[in-house]
Parts: sequence; structure tokens; C-alpha cells
Amino acid sequence: MPEFEPRIVAFVCNWCTYAGADLTGTSRIKYSPNVEVIRFPCTGRIDFMLLLKAFAEGADGIIISGCHPNDCHYTSGNFHARRRWILFRGLLDFMGIDVERVQFSWVSAAEGAKWADVVNTTVEAVRKLGPYENFRKIDRAGAV
Amino acid sequence: MSRIGVFICHCGENIGATVDCEKVAAAAAKIPGVVHSVDYKYMCSDPGQNMIKEAIREKNLTGVVVGACSPRMHEPTFRRACEEAGLNPFLCEMANIREHCSWVHEKGDPTTEKAIDLVRVIVEKVRRNKPLVPIKVPVTKTALVLGGGIAGIQAALDIANAGHKVIMVERSPSIGGHMSQLSETFPTLDCSQCILTPRMVEVARHANITLHTYSEIESIEGFIGNFKVKIRKKARSIDMKACTGCGLCSQKCPTRKIPSEFDAGLGTRPAIYVPFPQAVPNKPVIDRLNCTYYLKGKCRLCEKVCPTQAIRFDQEDEIVEADIGAVVLATGFEIKHGDFFPEYGFGKFKDVIDGMQFERLASASGPTLGEIRRPSDGKKPETVVFIACAGSRDPAKGIEYCSKICCMYTAKHAMLYRHKVHGGNAYIFYMDIRAGGKMYEEFVRRAIEEDGVKYVRGRVSRVYEREGKLIVQGADTLLGAQPVEIEADMVVLATAAVANDGAEELAQKMHVSYDAHKFFAEAHPKLKPVETNTAGIFLAGACQAPKDIPESVAQASGAASKVGALFSQDELTREPVIAVVNRSAPPLYSTCVGCFLCQAACPYQAIEREEIRTRDGKLIKTVAKVNPGLCQGCGTCVAVCRTKAIDLQGFSNEQVFAEVMALLDRSEPDAGI
Repeated sequence: MPEFEPRIVAFVCNWCTYAGADLTGTSRIKYSPNVEVIRFPCTGRIDFMLLLKAFAEGADGIIISGCHPNDCHYTSGNFHARRRWILFRGLLDFMGIDVERVQFSWVSAAEGAKWADVVNTTVEAVRKLGPYENFRKIDRAGAV
Repeated sequence: MSRIGVFICHCGENIGATVDCEKVAAAAAKIPGVVHSVDYKYMCSDPGQNMIKEAIREKNLTGVVVGACSPRMHEPTFRRACEEAGLNPFLCEMANIREHCSWVHEKGDPTTEKAIDLVRVIVEKVRRNKPLVPIKVPVTKTALVLGGGIAGIQAALDIANAGHKVIMVERSPSIGGHMSQLSETFPTLDCSQCILTPRMVEVARHANITLHTYSEIESIEGFIGNFKVKIRKKARSIDMKACTGCGLCSQKCPTRKIPSEFDAGLGTRPAIYVPFPQAVPNKPVIDRLNCTYYLKGKCRLCEKVCPTQAIRFDQEDEIVEADIGAVVLATGFEIKHGDFFPEYGFGKFKDVIDGMQFERLASASGPTLGEIRRPSDGKKPETVVFIACAGSRDPAKGIEYCSKICCMYTAKHAMLYRHKVHGGNAYIFYMDIRAGGKMYEEFVRRAIEEDGVKYVRGRVSRVYEREGKLIVQGADTLLGAQPVEIEADMVVLATAAVANDGAEELAQKMHVSYDAHKFFAEAHPKLKPVETNTAGIFLAGACQAPKDIPESVAQASGAASKVGALFSQDELTREPVIAVVNRSAPPLYSTCVGCFLCQAACPYQAIEREEIRTRDGKLIKTVAKVNPGLCQGCGTCVAVCRTKAIDLQGFSNEQVFAEVMALLDRSEPDAGI
């Protein structure tokens, strides 16, 4: 049986993590192709309903990454994201959603190697957890 | 129905070697709404851009997706090409299949499949893009230069000579920076102050430059062309207009034993002092932490002797506000001091000093008037050991980088020592000699061949004292790691160059990126070495990475020319990525319910209240409204909006949800892949 290849969606900010992931490329540091990036201006823009949408559409894991605290291009967007994530995480956990599948991280524009590391660690972790079929079952049940 | 064109770039081998570009183009052609899909060797080349233009005209495209490098690289190129062909530039987007795909994955199906996913995502986004009109903003043609070292001075003079106003802010009481402390400079051995001080004076008397010394940045807000800065002028306790700089106060001040910052702690200064004789401005400052009056409430001797009554004990910090259009960060570096090297006895033995202290010993304006005398007893040292890479290139010490300037200044130190103490022995312990630069290698050769400096390749493990001598224990790796022991009278450590104190805090204030060592990050390591990720903020000198004087000066002139190019325009165009609150027909007017959570979340105070009234003035509803001049487009308001009444142009809810759905949907029409 072939090894399970998780599909992971990364929501990243334009100024730190997107640029950091560009640097990973410029530095030719290899990482797992299981992660695909969607660009936002700021982590503050990320509506956490997108996480549920991603799980519903078949994602097995999610990475959210932006600027380090105090480094936000827009001063405080990353703090808003962090605060909202703490609340939302509690809610997801309560609802029985596997919050371990969501990796919240900070990768700056100068941290190309860290981005590769975040991706690889998350892919390995999610690979161990297996496909997130439970969520899709719930979602389908709810839709009926 | 949308008519989207997809253009896949091979980027030579950069994408083509790992991603099957033809397959990507073929897969994209099957996406509903894609009417044109091709691949080409170099999309950014003229023929490549022409392919896009022709397709727009011939196929009447309503959107363009370029699958190539990062949008941070070529988005402006392709958007301009679209504009030239008559398509609104904001209907063009890039799928990053190089930095995020071909460069980071191995050749194979999963990589090609990922590239197809990335293209599909952007196709779905572009389908929902709306034509936007860039926002025009004016440019304030005044530059802020932060830091008055050689880099800041050069940048300020270049900008001012181009005819623009400059505000220079320096943290210490005088401009001049580290260069004013140096004795001679490599590779010519010309006197540092002699070449620097005329420029310092030029800054002070330049009609276009306003100088704020003993000042720091309180806050900065705004964006390229339109920053607002608050400068805190720290209380100098001197009326700068009344003071003539006669120096009587410093002579009479009874508190005299304060270690001088300028002399790197080897000399002393009074509590009211001018940092060094050629300081600009050449007017004193009271060090309130050490002044007897501020500590004990009496003395005021300086006030009594001042012939112009210029002393102001009650002076307070002053906040100066200014409108500026661009910033040059030139805040420089610092060297590692102190307890960093317990094994080398720094701080324990008086005769173990750092490179900056040696500069002051060798300087004619230094505490020994240029004679090399060891700090402990004032004797001329007969044997001096210089230790290069003290901290640099040492992951165990947390500094894995090369400090770049030490090889050269250590060679210079050894030469100066040999010139000043005839018959003295100079040893240099080194890891490698890095003398890349015009006349640099020749300079090191000169130290070895003409001045008899003895180079020992190896690390020093320990420095300890024995019978009044400093015993330097090391190994000579060219002799098979044979142990070496040298009895020295003085040891000079070429300590690592590190980011300045407060660099991190400043970077956060300015919203520029910085690396793990707190050096400010350039926008691109090769092609944008003076820009930062924040438009309108540029870098000069060692605040970006350790640099020597010629490199700092070159980068400063580079930053100045960038500022000049920016100021050559009267108006800038800004991307219309801003938030908007929806409006609809009565009786709803807007789905906004007026909760104003967005107002609390907005970092720019861009959300205003708008009252919707009937014709006779009766209030119907209060809703949010975005001020487009203030909005920077972070989208934090969008994520907090309960009714999804506020949306971000270019990253709308419709777009991002469609992106997520498209990303994960590998079913039809891509089933054949």
C-alpha cells in the first residue's frame, strides 16, 4: 500500500512567510510537495471559517503562518490573528475537530530554512494522523 | 463567462527541469473559462510578453494568469504588459510555480501536480478579480536619515546635494559614528578623522539638512511618500542657541571619572562633556545619570562658569513632528564586548582589550595620544597577540557569520603597533585571512612581509596570567595542531560585529524585516540590496550586515539614489488593495450593522462612521466607511466582520474561498493527470 500523502493548505501573509517561502526557493532548500500556499496580505485577514472550508474540501492539515510578534507589516494584524486563533482553537476543540492538524507558526522573510522545517514537520505529523476523513463525514452528515 | 489566458513559463531550466510545463498548460486549458493556455521558455522576455499582449487582443481575454516566479519578482512586469494591451492590470495574477514549487521539490509527478494546483487556484481567483484603479498619492520630498555615522552622512549629503530636504537623527550627542573613533583606515593607513570630519561639518552647515543629535525616533506611521515621524529630542540641558562651545563648563565640572564612550572606556570624561574635540555639533551635553546636581541636588558649577548662561537644568525632552517621504536606515553596528569571552580573560585582565579600544590607543586623539601603552601600567607592550574571529564564525557562541572587517583591521592594528613600537613582536591568531577587496590582499602581504607581523593559523584556547605576563595558549594548525604558547604583554580581541542595541525595536517601529542576528533585511539578497520590504525605507551601512567603510559609503550612495528616484515624481500610484464596506439599495443600505468591531481592529484608524439619513434628516442607520487614503489593505477588519459587510479588494472573501476550494479540488477537469 502506498504511503499516505497528506494534503496541506498553508495560509500565509505576504510580507513575512510568503517572502520567507520565496527565500526557501531562492536558497534551493527542498521540502515536501504536500503543502500548497494561499497568499493573504496579513494573517489578520485570515477568516478562520476558511479552515473549516479547507477541511471540508479535503485538506488533511493546515498551516497558518505570518510575521513574528511585533514584526507585523501592518503593526498588529498578527496579534489579531493570534488572539482569534486562541479563541477559535478552543471552539474547534470543543466541537471535536482535530486541532492538532492545524499548525500556527511564525516565519519571517529571512527564515527560508525555517519554512522548509515547518512544512516538513507538519507533513510528517499529519502523515501520522492519517487522512482526515472524520471531518468530511461530519460535514456530509451536516449538509444533508 | 470569463475568458482567461494562462501562460506557463519554463524560466529556462529553472521551472522546466522539475515541472512538466506542457502538461501544466494542457491541464489549465481544461479549466472552464480558460480560453487560451500556452507554455513558453521565458515568459518575462519581450517575445513572452508579446505573446500575452497578442492573446489579450486576439482572444479578448478578461483575465491573465502567469505561472512563473514569485509575484514579488515579476508581477509588475506582467501587469504592465496587460495594461499595454488594454487589459486592466489588476486582472492579471501570478501563480508561483518557481520559488514555491520547482526550486523546492524534486522532479516528478507530485511536483507537476502541485504546479497545476497552484495555477488552478489563481485561475479561480482571477475569475473573480475586479478591474481596479490605482490610487494616486502625493510625495513629500523630505528624507529622514537615521544614524549619523559614515553611511548616514554619505546618504544625507547625497540626497541634500540632489536638492531635497533631509532630516538627520542621531542617537548620540555627536554625529560621526564608529568611523570618528578609528585611528587609521585600511588599506591606505590614512587618518580616519581627517577624511571624516570635513563631511561632518558639511552635514552641519548644509542648507538642506536639519540635524537632530541626541535624538531618537519616537514613532513613525504612514507609507511611502507620506510618512509622519515623531522625533524625541532628549534634553541636553543646554540652550543650543546660547552656547558658544567654549568648553569652560567641561573644564570646571568636578565629576571627571566617567569612562568615556568615545575612548571605548579607556579614557575618562566629565559629566558635562563634548564627546570628542571635532564633535558636530561642538556643544556639550549633561549626562544626567552622572551629574552631581541631578544625583544630589547641588553643584551647578557649570551654570556659574558659563559665560553665556546656556545651562538649562530644567530642560525637558522635546517631541518634533515631521512629514517625510522616504527613510534611510543607517544605524550601524556594535562590537561584542565584555563577558562574551571568559576564556580570553576579557574584563578580568586589564591588558586584554577589544579592537575598538586598540583603535583609541593608536589614535592621536586617544587617551595615550597615539602611543601604544597597555592599560594596566602604561608600559609599552613588547609582545602583542591579536586574536581574530573572537566570536565570529563560531556557532558555539551563537554567531556563525563572518564579521568581515576583522581580518583587515587586525592586520592594520598589527602594522600600526609595529610602526609605533619598533622591535615589538606582533602575533595574529587567525582562522583564515579574508582579504577580498581592492588592495586588501596587498595590505595583508605588506603586514607580513614589510612589517614582520607573525601570522599563526589556529584558535586560541585560553589566555591566563603568569608572573605579570599574559600567556596565550593556542594551536598552530599548519604545524599539525602543535600547541603554541606565547608570553604577551597585551592581547587584542577582534570581537564580532553585531547589530546595534535596539535594532530589533527600531525594525519593529519601522516595520522592516530583520534576520536572526537583528541585522535589517534587504528586500532581495542580490537585486534589491538597499531596499527593505517596506516601500520607501532603504538601508545603508552596517545595520544590514557587517561592512567596511567603502562598502558602507557605496551602499549609502545607492540608498540616496533610490530616494532621489522616488523624489523625482510628484505623485505615486499605490495599489488599490483596500477595504470597502458594501452599499446596497434601500431599505438595507448596507449589510453593515454598525457594530464597529472593524474600527477597533483597524491599525490605521481608517474606519469612519457614516450616518445614513432620510431626506428630512432622520437617522436611518450608522454604518462603517473606509477612508481610502488611510487604509493600507491588511484586511484585519474583514476577518472580524460578523456580517461580511466589509471586504478587501484583491483578496475578497469570494476570491479566497474560491481559492481554497480550487486548491483541493483535483477531480474534473484534471482527472486525466
